[in-house]
Amino acid sequence: MTERMLMLLIAGRSSEQGTSLNKGKLKPEYQRVTSTAEMNEQDMARLDLKDGDRIRLSNGVGETTVTCTPRKITDLPSGIIFMPYGPSSSELMESDTAGSGMPISKNLTVTVEKVSG
Amino acid sequence: MSNNLRVVENATCTFCGCVCDDMILTVDDTEKRIVKAKNACVLGRAWFAEHTIEDAPAAMISGKPASVDDAVAEAARILVEARFPIIYGLSDTTCEAQRQAVAITDMVRGNIDTTTSVCHGPSGLAFQGIGESTMTLGEVKNRADLVVYWGGNPAESHPRHFTRYTVTPKGMFMPNGKKDRTVVLVDVRRTPSAPVANIFVQLKPGKDFELLWALRARVKGREIKADIEEITGVSLAVIDDLVQRMKTCRYGVLFFGMGLTMTRGRHFNSGALLALATDLNEFTHFVAKPVRGHGNVTGADNVVSWQTGYPFGVNFSRGYPRFNPGEFTTVDTLSRGDADAAMIIASDPASNFPKAAIAHLRRIPVITLDTKPTLTSSLARVAFRTSTYGINTGGTVYRMDDVPITLRKAFDSPFPDDETILRALKEKVQELLRSRMPRGAKSAFELPLSA
Repeated sequence: MTERMLMLLIAGRSSEQGTSLNKGKLKPEYQRVTSTAEMNEQDMARLDLKDGDRIRLSNGVGETTVTCTPRKITDLPSGIIFMPYGPSSSELMESDTAGSGMPISKNLTVTVEKVSG
Repeated sequence: MSNNLRVVENATCTFCGCVCDDMILTVDDTEKRIVKAKNACVLGRAWFAEHTIEDAPAAMISGKPASVDDAVAEAARILVEARFPIIYGLSDTTCEAQRQAVAITDMVRGNIDTTTSVCHGPSGLAFQGIGESTMTLGEVKNRADLVVYWGGNPAESHPRHFTRYTVTPKGMFMPNGKKDRTVVLVDVRRTPSAPVANIFVQLKPGKDFELLWALRARVKGREIKADIEEITGVSLAVIDDLVQRMKTCRYGVLFFGMGLTMTRGRHFNSGALLALATDLNEFTHFVAKPVRGHGNVTGADNVVSWQTGYPFGVNFSRGYPRFNPGEFTTVDTLSRGDADAAMIIASDPASNFPKAAIAHLRRIPVITLDTKPTLTSSLARVAFRTSTYGINTGGTVYRMDDVPITLRKAFDSPFPDDETILRALKEKVQELLRSRMPRGAKSAFELPLSA
């Protein structure tokens, strides 16, 4: 078992995010969807995680605590963590746009660790 | 559901950039809501079902209900008194509202930017550098026999892209629908779009540019080292197979998503893809098109372009438009602390901007126009509740392939639409600016307005 892992966070769209934002971004469903991260089963096992466990994601910009849920390794390669765009992923985004206007929100290196209790 | 039902045909869904205009809506006129949206995808069904009429004030000032007139007056005061007002959002409203926003920005010498800057803004830069070999989606439906999706997941973000235009529909020269087409998906993860593709190419994260450049080299017949697989995760054999398919198809298309623009490389990634499409025109007909997210983000690009000359990130502080991504784009104007007032139209940056930008939004007076409460409206000094475009109001939107589509409203809303509020705000701003001019002085504000 590993206590923490460096992973690449990819924020993106999902069907659930799209349907829940129509209900309202302040509603519990949108909050739940945008604070649920997907990892493959092997990565979850390495961190001794079960479906629904809480994990802390952190980098030099900030940190956020979200729930994790498993995906097959054929769908999500090891070392990658996926999360729908939202307030949680924003916590980890650097504001520097390198003169482009676009902050990077995919392939962010983050430390992932289990939140006990 | 009551018995007071009415059917609206040929309505348009404005949830995503597909802007599907074949909706058949059943409206309950008693309950003021749409009870059925035939032809809509899962996202469209939620869009129509959830935009009902909520019991809420049409305007709030400092968290307290206010009249629309008072809110317009307060919003005008904020914009006129600011030294660096920014106007942002605009991708979920009509072109008619967007042009009012440009006019207001011009009058207050402010800064206007749209959600394009955090979506396909880098692709916009790449268009300027490389050019765009473009088309309409109808052309793709009728002609494309090779469809490549790169860095996007339309099954979840644009569910009807496959079924209306690119994969399953039968077209003029595609009589057998999917059987006549080869579909390729390039992505770092196997998304729900993968089962639709004939070929799924899984590349390593952040290696889009390298793979695109390798494809360009092979299209031109150049040798590349076999370690390309180690670098990109894609073997030379797969690259060569893809190149062969691209060079020998009759009509190829590259659709690209934010997997290219939101990662390291940004506009270089989009530019590499556009350059690949250009290269392929030496051999066959090949086009490229970004898959746009919000319902009228393409309209925002068009309106801001034909009013200012530039698509996004435009500043009027010198009295004429200047374009400079990185300086006049909203993440930057907020994160650096440049902006001293913000008007956010149909967007929610407090939910998806970097936290330094959100922190600054909390420090300055904010005006919001939105159909529902958001994190941004919750921190606004002035918040307008607006009606929903395409449901409660007509107008014009642009599909992702730059085709304008006229909206048909389904039922009335007690809330004003964005254009109505912005027109009133423009008049109030003009009135305030005139009142501050020295007696007898003439200024640009006396000239006929562009909108």
